[in-house]
Amino acid sequence: MKAYFVIIGILLFPLTALAVDPGEILKDSKLEKRARAISKGLRCVVCQNQSIDDSDAQLARDLRILVRNRILVGDSDTAVLDYVVSRYGDFVLLKPPVKGVTLVLWFGPVLITLAGLIGLILFYRRQKIRLNNLIQLNNKGQKN
Amino acid sequence: MNSRWPYYAPLIILGVLVSYFAASLGQNPAEVKSVLINKTVPEFVLPPIEGNFNGFSSSDLKGDIVLVNIFGSWCFACRIEHPFLMQLKETNTIPIYGIDWREPDRTAGPKWLKKYGNPYTRIGDDPKSLGAIAFGVTGAPETFIIDKNGIIRFKHIGPITKKNWDKTFKPILEELEKK
Repeated sequence: MKAYFVIIGILLFPLTALAVDPGEILKDSKLEKRARAISKGLRCVVCQNQSIDDSDAQLARDLRILVRNRILVGDSDTAVLDYVVSRYGDFVLLKPPVKGVTLVLWFGPVLITLAGLIGLILFYRRQKIRLNNLIQLNNKGQKN
Repeated sequence: MNSRWPYYAPLIILGVLVSYFAASLGQNPAEVKSVLINKTVPEFVLPPIEGNFNGFSSSDLKGDIVLVNIFGSWCFACRIEHPFLMQLKETNTIPIYGIDWREPDRTAGPKWLKKYGNPYTRIGDDPKSLGAIAFGVTGAPETFIIDKNGIIRFKHIGPITKKNWDKTFKPILEELEKK
């Protein structure tokens, strides 16, 4: 019975599996927090759909350490990101930046929805006009 | 004008998207185009591997057209390309600089090179991926062509073979040679 409760207890409070090694964590918790935030936005280039914060890949680990080292030498968050982007390209950012080539990506859906709405409005307007025409025709016919 | 065209618009758009996605299917998602092409090699300094005197750093990449090759004793595809690199060395075709990436221990790389031969002019030991990250590497082997001014001109992912050497490397090198 006791064991049963222990198992239930363990299941109730699962330890989240961390990719980050205890040894990697910075002593300064403020800096560590920044490192975690940056790592969450960087793609693991080996596994591609995980962030380096989530990934167990060795290259992801080395990138996490690099991010922390850049922070330790005093880089700002954007400087760290620029450092990685200048080597791996925008692709390494999980959230693509808003700029010329990504405009379609960011605003395409809005434009398509707008186009659809305009189409709908035009469609119903035309139907109304047609209906009115029909009614007018009908009225004329009755008068004659 | 035919007023029915809006009814066909979704079909046309679908057609365009389907053909675009169908064409993209053949691409390898691992082959992300490098942003470093036509840029200067980012700075790095790598220590020598065990038994060597010279390491390899970005400042070595000036004055000559060279190859930079990322390899490791753990990397199976590197083993496949290795005889071709040896051939390039024996024919004095082009200097090859090596980045010995993420060896499990310090003796693994030197042992591997002793066994199969050493085609490299200089080798940097890169256990923490500093060199690999400088080149935006995602796997091994990868090979870069660096021109006389230390500018990256080409990136090749995967093993070099006689076939892709003749087809892609040679024309680029001949072009750079002319400048």
